[in-house]
Amino acid sequence: MSTGTVATFEDSLERLEVGWTHASPGEVATVLREVCDDPAVGVELPYDGVELPSWVNTDPTPADLRDANAGITAAGIGIADYGSVVVQGTPDGVEPVSLFGDLHVAVLRESDIVSGMPEAFEWLGEEFRTGHDSAIIATGPSATADMGALVKGAHGPKDVHVVILDE
Amino acid sequence: MSKAREAKAAKIRQLMETEGDAVGTSTRGFNQGRYDSVQTLDDYEGLKAEAREIKEDAIERLPELLGRLRETIEENGGTMYIADDAADANRYIREVCEDEEAERVVKSKSMTSEEIEVNDELEAADVDVVETDLGEWVLQVADETPSHIVAPAIHKSREAIADLFNETFEPAEPLETAEELTMFAREQLGELIEGADVGMTGANFITADTGTMALVTSEGNARKTAVVPDTHVAVAGVEKVVPTVEDLQPFIELIGKSGTGQDITSYISLLTPPVESPTVDFDDPDTPITETETDRDFHLVLIDNGRLDMRDDEQLRETLYCIRCSACSNVCANFQHVGGHAFGGETYSGGIGTGWEAGVEGLDSAAEFNDLCTGCSRCTTACPVNIDIPWINTVVRDRVNRGDVSEVDWLVEGLTPDEEPGGVSLQKRFFGNFETAAKVGSLFAPVSNWAAQSSVSRDLMERFLGIDARRELPSFQRETLKDWFDARDSRVQDATRTAVLYPDVYTNHVQVERGKAAVRALEALGVDVVVPDVRSSGRAPLSQGMIATAEDHAHDVYAGLAEYIDEGRDIVVIEPSDLAMFDSEYEKFLPEKSFQRLSENSYEVMEYIFGLLENGAPADALQTVDGAEVAYHSHCQQRTLGLEGHTEAVLSDLGYDVATSDVECCGMAGSFGYKSEYYELSMDVGSELREQFQTDETRDRTVVASGTSCLEQLDSLLRRPSRHPVELVAPRR
Ligand code: SF4
Repeated sequence: MSTGTVATFEDSLERLEVGWTHASPGEVATVLREVCDDPAVGVELPYDGVELPSWVNTDPTPADLRDANAGITAAGIGIADYGSVVVQGTPDGVEPVSLFGDLHVAVLRESDIVSGMPEAFEWLGEEFRTGHDSAIIATGPSATADMGALVKGAHGPKDVHVVILDE
Repeated sequence: MSKAREAKAAKIRQLMETEGDAVGTSTRGFNQGRYDSVQTLDDYEGLKAEAREIKEDAIERLPELLGRLRETIEENGGTMYIADDAADANRYIREVCEDEEAERVVKSKSMTSEEIEVNDELEAADVDVVETDLGEWVLQVADETPSHIVAPAIHKSREAIADLFNETFEPAEPLETAEELTMFAREQLGELIEGADVGMTGANFITADTGTMALVTSEGNARKTAVVPDTHVAVAGVEKVVPTVEDLQPFIELIGKSGTGQDITSYISLLTPPVESPTVDFDDPDTPITETETDRDFHLVLIDNGRLDMRDDEQLRETLYCIRCSACSNVCANFQHVGGHAFGGETYSGGIGTGWEAGVEGLDSAAEFNDLCTGCSRCTTACPVNIDIPWINTVVRDRVNRGDVSEVDWLVEGLTPDEEPGGVSLQKRFFGNFETAAKVGSLFAPVSNWAAQSSVSRDLMERFLGIDARRELPSFQRETLKDWFDARDSRVQDATRTAVLYPDVYTNHVQVERGKAAVRALEALGVDVVVPDVRSSGRAPLSQGMIATAEDHAHDVYAGLAEYIDEGRDIVVIEPSDLAMFDSEYEKFLPEKSFQRLSENSYEVMEYIFGLLENGAPADALQTVDGAEVAYHSHCQQRTLGLEGHTEAVLSDLGYDVATSDVECCGMAGSFGYKSEYYELSMDVGSELREQFQTDETRDRTVVASGTSCLEQLDSLLRRPSRHPVELVAPRR
């Protein structure tokens, strides 16, 4: 990962009209407060020194998912060329939490941004062979053109925000 | 016009009127998106080659990979079932649903499930089936069939969908905008997904090493379908298996770009079911999802339904490499104007639809729409796995002509041109043997032209041959190019190069002037030219699906030109569709070495002139101008060969200001536009070209075009005449 990769990632997010914020571990809570509307659901983040604030429901029920305005999860990697974040399916519910809210906030370590698809698939191949079983390459919000014009937000989130964790 | 032709023309007319606009707008948008999006790749061609290689290898090793996949799926805790045919698959899926006591199945979009018509089977068993892809749901509500393999409701405009929803659901406030319609559908479907017992998806790819399936979607419905209910059934063709996870990479980069022209779709779900994600049980809405007991069931149903026979069929095998991206539909001029309801069979539509229908449904379904492929070849460079789609269409046409699919040795059968099997229609036979007609035409010109144009013969031609009376017929010249050439002396001394000008049928008998111009231009640049007596390329019979006849031509043409090549002569070709024969189709007919030799030594005439000028031939030996304006339409096959730029460059060099059209095809495509059942479609496709040449910017420009068909079409589309570019640049005498 180089600064070039991060810049490319940001350009891609710009193109997708996906917002992003850089944050140190200590700043994450503030950033989340700024971008999320209540109610928010989330899955604990696997990063040292980063904890989800108490207003984030980290033990959601199906009803909570249905009502959520925002869903906060970690992302395994980011893919610079495409502005994608890779969301892994885990027993603690990253997949549904990232899917049901109107906004998906993906928190990603800066060092986990890879440059392109070949690098991403190297990582994915390794993950799948070592027992992880699912991952979604998510690029921008859900969308459809089936109703005669492009609309953001079909079955999934209408908006995505990426928090890039500076270390 | 015969009843059958009239019926076909009427169906096409009706679809052009009702669905053509909606289909055209979207497909042209997708197609443009593809052109833009593939430019972001560093090595597009390399990626396509890689994708192709993976597919070739996977289909070659299919039995082994399927065995491997089964082991992996079972190790993962799922079940894999290979269904022989639709009935077998449906029975299995119904039984899974019965075991689950499922009341509702939610589905994400899958063409393979359309192929087996699993919805009917489940509904007959009292299972409620809900399509959750928004486009598919629109069709389910409207009770219509898909018209496009990726965007199934592409034929429906926003207004039509709004009317449908307002009538069916009577919402408090009538729905109008795309946003309102989408949100309404999201809500309705959201509830239906919440109460679903089984989720059914397709699978774009499945990896044998880990049992991971890739789903390429944008709406998020496939994600919900796979994660919410605890039973997941994935339905896919057996050809979807690839060896490893890493093998997915080129496809993931290519599929969205090739299809809807997006760099990547919103979601690429890579799932190795049964997945670890907790189920979301809305029947128990207040228990945290991490505490719900998750006991997932996964069934992978792989469908043969003719595919393994396709694998053994040397000609159809390539179809199995198809990743169903839809590029070949979107790029196709005819498809853009009628959509999949005319350009499609029972399930599959578009360019490759013929191959799929022939393989899974049978020749009859393929025969319905096979003739809509004109062989323009624009899809071959669009296809991310480099499938020769027009060739598959030609093979199927040949088999339809023969009416016998089991005939595997069709290619080697030594049929003479006039002994094509009984199945070939009189119309096809006439166009396929055009060379003979042209010879007779020239011999008796101008009487033959007068006779042909008489109302009595036009009526007979329409009745028996299906040649539309609204088309002007080509006018045969008494003095052929060859006659003219033989009667004169070469003007070149100390030739810098030597060449053969290939006398294609049209140049020799009809467009003789462009042939003369080519000779003059080449001689002016110091080239010693000969015009030998060589047979026509076989393009005409090939486009009618008369492959054996076309092959016969190929051998004769090669025999007729080989000595000249040995002598060091270049082969210069005026008609792009004939050059395309030498450069691509002949690969199927000639020994590799012969094919290479002919292909490497053949040039399109303007490409050749470009090369001469680049190598120092004096441009002022040709006609130069000072900024004269031309509107240029390249030829579809010429563009596929990457040769339009040469004509533009030569014209610019000589002082012309060139505006080039960017339509995929003029609509004429050889004999296609003459056929009465397709005449109106041909003119409709041509209307785009007319518009491009009637803007303020282009209206007064001199029109030039490279292909015979294009010139004929332009003559009927525009008031002003059109010419071959070589006629502009050649010295007058
Ligand atoms: S044949 Fe090629 S272009 Fe057509 S759908 Fe299949 S993969 Fe896409």
